[in-house]
Amino acid sequence: MSPEMINLLLKSFGETCYMVAASTLLAVLVGLPLGVILTVTRRGHILPNAAINSILGAIVNATRSTPFIILMVAIIPVTRLIVGSSIGTTAAIVPLTISAAPFVARIIESSLLEIDPGVIEASQSMGASPMQIITKVLLPEAMHSIVLGVTLAIISLIGYSAMAGALGGGGLGDLAIRYGYQRFRMDIMIATVVILIAQVQIVQSLGNYISAKLNKTKL
Amino acid sequence: MIDLQNVEKTYFSKNGDVHALKKTNLHINAGEIFGIIGLSGAGKSTLIRCINMLETPTAGKVFVDGQELTAMRNSELRKARQNIGMIFQHFNLLASRTVYDNIAFPLEIQGIDKAVIKQKVEPLLELVGLTDRRDHYPSQLSGGQKQRVGIARALASNPKILLCDEATSALDPQTTKSILELLRDINKRLNLTIVMITHQMQVVKDICDRVAVIEHGSIIEEGSLLDLFTNPQTATTKEFISTINNVELPAILKNTKIFPDYQPNTTPIIRISFIGNSAGDPLISTLIKNYSVDVNIIYGNIDSIKDTPYGTMVVELSGTKDNMETAISYLQERNLKIEVLGYVARND
Repeated sequence: MSPEMINLLLKSFGETCYMVAASTLLAVLVGLPLGVILTVTRRGHILPNAAINSILGAIVNATRSTPFIILMVAIIPVTRLIVGSSIGTTAAIVPLTISAAPFVARIIESSLLEIDPGVIEASQSMGASPMQIITKVLLPEAMHSIVLGVTLAIISLIGYSAMAGALGGGGLGDLAIRYGYQRFRMDIMIATVVILIAQVQIVQSLGNYISAKLNKTKL
Repeated sequence: MIDLQNVEKTYFSKNGDVHALKKTNLHINAGEIFGIIGLSGAGKSTLIRCINMLETPTAGKVFVDGQELTAMRNSELRKARQNIGMIFQHFNLLASRTVYDNIAFPLEIQGIDKAVIKQKVEPLLELVGLTDRRDHYPSQLSGGQKQRVGIARALASNPKILLCDEATSALDPQTTKSILELLRDINKRLNLTIVMITHQMQVVKDICDRVAVIEHGSIIEEGSLLDLFTNPQTATTKEFISTINNVELPAILKNTKIFPDYQPNTTPIIRISFIGNSAGDPLISTLIKNYSVDVNIIYGNIDSIKDTPYGTMVVELSGTKDNMETAISYLQERNLKIEVLGYVARND
C-alpha cells in the first residue's frame, strides 16, 4: 500500500474517531438527564409524574424508530442551523448525536431500574432528597451497568458513522465506499474493515474492563 | 416518643381498595423496645413505614418526638427522618460503597464535614465490631456483618428512634441472637427507642418490652411481653406463642381418650402455669406429702422472660377422689393458673 493510501487511512480513521467521540460525548450529555428523568418519573419511583414520563417516552420512541439514514436526511435543516453546513465530519455529529441520545437515555433508564428499590427506600429513610438519591445512589450504583450500555452505544455509533460518511461525512465508511467499492480497491476495503473490527474489539474490551472495575457486587 | 392517632392506610386500585392499615392508635414510650408481630400481609410493614412516613397515611396523625410528621412539608420531613434510623430485612446497603462509606452515607447527605464524619464513623465501626472490615464492600460480608453495617449506618446521625423492619428474618438463628444482643446493648447504652416488626415470636421474646399483635390491618392485642406470654387473649397470639412454647397437649396424651368430666376409675390431667416467685415453691412435694396423691409429671417447661421465670407443667394426679379434689383446690388457692384438661382412664 502506498504512503498516500496509508495517510488516507489514518486521516479517515481520525475522522471516524472524532465523529464517534464527539457524538458519544454529546449523546451522553443529553441522554443521561433524559434517562434519569425517564426513570424517576415512573410510577412508584422517587418523583412520579405520568405526564412528563409519557411525553418524554413518546419522543424517545419516535426518534429511536426512525432509521438513521432517514433521520440524517430529514434533519438536514437542523444540522445546517447548528453547524452552518450539512456536509462534512462536524455536520455528521448532529444526526449521530440525535440518534444516539435516546438510545443512551433508554440504556441509562434500564440500568437505573436494576437498582434494588430497597436501597432507594433506605436512602429516603435517612432523609436523602431526590437529587441526592440520583447523584449519590442511583448513578454510582448503576455506573458499571451504564458503562456497558455506553460501550454498546459507542459501537453502534461506529457503525452509524460509516453510514454518515457515505453522505459526505468523511471517515472510514466514506473511504471504504469511495475507494474500496467505487474504485475497486480491494486492499482499501479490507484495511477499513479490519480497522473497524479492531476498533470495536478495543472499545468493547475497554468497556468490559472499566465496568468490571466499577462492579463491586462480584468481588 | 411515638404516637399514632387514628392512622389509616388504604391502597386504591382498580381491582378494589386494599385497607392495609385500619384505624390504628399506638403509643410507644421513649427508651423501650416495642415489638409488632404479625403474619405476612398483616400490615406490619405498612405500620412501621407510617412511623417515618415512607408510607403516607391516608388518614390520621403521626407524632414522633413531639413533632407531627403528617403536617410537615417534604423538606421538613427529610430533616425529621434524620432522627429516625431504620434497618431492613435485606440490609439495603449501597453495593458500590465500602463499609466505611456506607456508614458515612447519612452524614454525607446532611453535608457534614469529612473530618467530622470520620470522628463519627470510627466509633460506630468499633461498636458493631467491624473495624477490620472498614474497606470491604458489602458483597464481601456475611449476612450478619451486613446487618451490623446497617445498624451502624442507622445510628450515624444519632437518631432517637430505630425502626427494625424484619431485621433478623434473613439471618440464621445464631446470627439473629448476636444481632439482637447488639440491639439490646445499644438500646440500653444510648437509651434508644426501638420499634421492631417481625413474624418471629422468638425475637419478640428475646428483646421486647412491650408487644402489639397485628392482624388484617388492625392491632388485636397489646401489652407487656410478660402479660402477652402468660395471658394471651386472642387465638392469633396463642398461635404465635405456641410456635416457641408447647401449650398444646403433650404428645403422649394425643392418642388417649380424654373425658371432659370425672368418671369412675379416671385420673385428672392438670396444666399448671406459674409466673414469677411461685415458680420457686415446692409444689409437687407439698401435693404428695400433704394431700396423699401421686403426681406423675407428663410435661414440664420453665423459661424466663427478661428476668421473670414462668413455666407450664402438665401433671397426672392419682389417689382417692376426695384427695384429688382437695389437691386441686389447694392448687387453685395458690397464685397459679390451673386448668383441668380432662380425665384419662387410670392405668394401674
